[in-house]
Amino acid sequence: MNLAFRDVRHNLFRFLLTCLGLGLLMTVVLAMMGIYNGLVADALNIVKAPQADLWVVEAETQGPFAEASKIPGDTRDAVARLHGVAQAGSITYQTVEAPFEGATLRLYVIGYERGRLGGPQTIIRGRGLEASHFELVADAKTGLVPGDTLILGRNRFTVVGLVRDTMNSGGDPAVFLTLADAQVLQTQLAPPAARVQAARGASVTSGATVAAVIARLDPNVDAQNVAHTVRQWKHLSALTQAEQEDILIKSVVDKARKQIGLFLGILLTVSAVVIALIIYTMTMEKLKQIATLKLIGASDRVIIGLIVQQSLALGAVGLTLGLGLILTVKDYFPRRVLLEPVNALALAGIILVVCVLASGLGVRAALKVDPATALGG
Amino acid sequence: MTDDSRRVIVDIKGVAKHYGDGEARVDALRNVDLRVHAGEVVALLGPSGSGKTTLLNIIGCIIDPSEGQVSLDGEMVYDGKWLRGDLRRLRLDKIGFIFQAHNLLPFLNATDNVALVLQLAGKTPAQAQARAQELLDYLEVGHRARAMPALLSGGEAQRVAIARALANSPRIILADEPTAALDSKRAGIVMDLLRKLSSEQDACIIAVTHDEKILDRFDRLFHLRDGRLENDKGDTP
Ligand SMILES: Nc1ncnc2c1ncn2[C@@H]1O[C@H](COP(=O)(O)OP(=O)(O)OP(=O)(O)O)[C@@H](O)[C@H]1O
Ligand SMILES: [Mg+2]
Repeated sequence: MNLAFRDVRHNLFRFLLTCLGLGLLMTVVLAMMGIYNGLVADALNIVKAPQADLWVVEAETQGPFAEASKIPGDTRDAVARLHGVAQAGSITYQTVEAPFEGATLRLYVIGYERGRLGGPQTIIRGRGLEASHFELVADAKTGLVPGDTLILGRNRFTVVGLVRDTMNSGGDPAVFLTLADAQVLQTQLAPPAARVQAARGASVTSGATVAAVIARLDPNVDAQNVAHTVRQWKHLSALTQAEQEDILIKSVVDKARKQIGLFLGILLTVSAVVIALIIYTMTMEKLKQIATLKLIGASDRVIIGLIVQQSLALGAVGLTLGLGLILTVKDYFPRRVLLEPVNALALAGIILVVCVLASGLGVRAALKVDPATALGG
Repeated sequence: MTDDSRRVIVDIKGVAKHYGDGEARVDALRNVDLRVHAGEVVALLGPSGSGKTTLLNIIGCIIDPSEGQVSLDGEMVYDGKWLRGDLRRLRLDKIGFIFQAHNLLPFLNATDNVALVLQLAGKTPAQAQARAQELLDYLEVGHRARAMPALLSGGEAQRVAIARALANSPRIILADEPTAALDSKRAGIVMDLLRKLSSEQDACIIAVTHDEKILDRFDRLFHLRDGRLENDKGDTP
């Protein structure tokens, strides 16, 4: 007969309660992992969305995400004419705040040229932009639905479609406007000093700048070669898609990663200590029974089995509860929680090790206990 | 009937046990000789602290003597050191313990508490269950076979514990105040039962007791005083 199972069944409620506690802890650990993954995935999403091969940005910047980048609006024509470039599109990015239904929405405005690169990928509701002005496609996280209207700058825009999982590295959901609308918005929201300059006509091109030009290359064209050509142009620089992703992860995500990584480390340590403590106390409470087992002739194997099986069961049930819980609640988090099977596996591995180590402590105490303690005085 | 006509099951020679050293030294047993034969039921008596539990624990191979020899069922098991590597196996095969508190495992029902020792000794689960049920019936607690220990009365629990002690048909049954938790009627029943067992299974029973009421149920009484053993009836122990 399996003693571990019998003992668990005898104290089922308490065992389940302990598992639940452990499960909640596992939920938090998994949430942390998921948030971290989500952070990286979201940050990369915005870079990956246009499916570009090359990013043309302002010289000596690592724009347009890690640093501000401003290039003339006509750059796109020059890029499009380059040998090996299949398609090119101008694109702008800016963060704005807009009042909506009594609250303030923080939005990441992406301006793109309709019919060219950089627009929304998969529309999950409604349609893409069809008019050249005053329409927008929003990320579902904004809470907007097709038909809603909202004031950006001095114009009222109508929501015509929704996309999913498009946001900047700060978590602000994206809205897509036509490039022209986005450029107007840029001047309207520019700081007063710049606006005065613009009104005086000091900078004629300012209304027509874009953040970057993205290009998709013909098959079998080396992005590095094209980038090299662009870098020789005055005032311009170029990054391949891979470089762009790298920069984003290093500069934008890195701090968040360290923060979350540290937090995750602390959480895992706490979990390990808690698990060890639970298993140790579980054994300590059974010392008298273990002494009895020794007295009636049970071998060490039977006693070790009792302790190790119970702690593994505790870890397994706790982890399962944690997984179930996080999968149920993950969509209610403000940031995307993205869990990969490898995360669950890693956690399972850690818990396995902790359980085995902790039961080692219990086993040590159990093997030391004198069978005479079962007899009493 | 002379004692020598019967098989000696427990043979203790010159056993001493002290705890601690120097100022703190306690001589719990001094030069104890004891022989108990198959079918005998003997009592260990003595004031508190006289060494009764210590002697029982030495016979049960639970603590090491400081001096002397212990032989059980014809086999020398202690002579300056334990001569058997696996004392737990020895206990499993030869010795049954009956505790003052019944010490049943709280998470196993009555039958499984008994069946466990049978399975530990290598019986299949089915054999173990059958024999456990048989023993419980024999001890007249068969109707409580599925009950958890917490739900058994003191007397029922003690009888289940006795069934467990008997499960592997041990030659030696050691009992530390087996009737302390029982009223005098039930104490009498348990003692009658132990007597019956000793003769049926040809086992010897050594019981520590303070209970005056049951002394007439023993074949021999041994008194311990300050770690020295004296036989009540004047025989050589
Ligand atoms: N583990 C130990 N360490 C030190 N001294 C001990 C230990 N166990 C017993 N003793 C001492 O040995 C002596 C005999 O103890 P023992 O438990 O055998 O007495 P007892 O006759 O069973 O007493 P009681 O009737 O109270 O159960 C006592 O003085 C006791 O204090
Ligand atoms: Mg005692």
